[in-house]
Amino acid sequence: MSKVAIFRKEQFNAAHRLHNPQWDDTKNDAVFGKCNLPNYHGHNYELIVKIVGEIDPETGYVYDMKILSDLIKEKIVERFDHKNLNLDTVEFKNLNPTAENIAVVIYTILRPEIEADKELFITLYETPRNFVEYPIN
Amino acid sequence: MNDNFAEKQICMVYLTRIEHFNAAHKLYNPEWDHAKNEAVFGKCANENWHGHNYDLYVTIKGIPDRNTGFVFDAKKLSVLIQEQVIEELDHKNLNLDVSFMKDKLCSTENLAIAIWEQLAYQLPPGVQLHCIKLCETSKIYVEYFGEVN
Repeated sequence: MSKVAIFRKEQFNAAHRLHNPQWDDTKNDAVFGKCNLPNYHGHNYELIVKIVGEIDPETGYVYDMKILSDLIKEKIVERFDHKNLNLDTVEFKNLNPTAENIAVVIYTILRPEIEADKELFITLYETPRNFVEYPIN
Repeated sequence: MNDNFAEKQICMVYLTRIEHFNAAHKLYNPEWDHAKNEAVFGKCANENWHGHNYDLYVTIKGIPDRNTGFVFDAKKLSVLIQEQVIEELDHKNLNLDVSFMKDKLCSTENLAIAIWEQLAYQLPPGVQLHCIKLCETSKIYVEYFGEVN
């Protein structure tokens, strides 16, 4: 059987700021610039979840898209949508909410929910022009 | 130059410049209690803010200048939008950080009107602001044409 990749897109809108509490304000400003501004800013995050696996001969599916959509909504969108990533989420209490870290967190949350014989890849757009991938293809 | 159509006619042309900014906000009416804010604005009332990538379309109109062919120099329009709007809004909290949104509800509608006010009186004679189109998400946008009752 050949492997096929399937993709599901979802969105969430959230506020955040980039800040390293171990640095003083000057260094935070020098490194993170306007992303460090104290009153937060925000993004429309676009999330693409990719699953790679064999096609199930009984269903014709690699993974049921409806189940995947519900899973992403329940585990990710409800957790992050219309939230302040720094203040409202346990995941980023002590972790800088960069796009890189958000992608790794999303992968870590979803990985146990999907059968081990299927590969999982996360693409996260912070803006239409900035996006990250984890793990590396 | 041979017979120039534009020189013989009054050709009104619309020019649009697209810019972007990222900002936090919340929808919250301070005259209401938390329960009513939540009932009306839902998750948009989250007290710790949320945010968006906004796309801004600024459309001006005018007759192309006979010497330059421009309605207005697009680079100058970009600088004007940067100075009057983007520097004020980008990576800011719309409720807390923006002087021209003070005491206003930070809806996309009100933000579009405020952006209009920031730009409309900065344009040279013969160039008019036509439309502020402001996209809050890929599915929601507002347009303001300066109409008042």
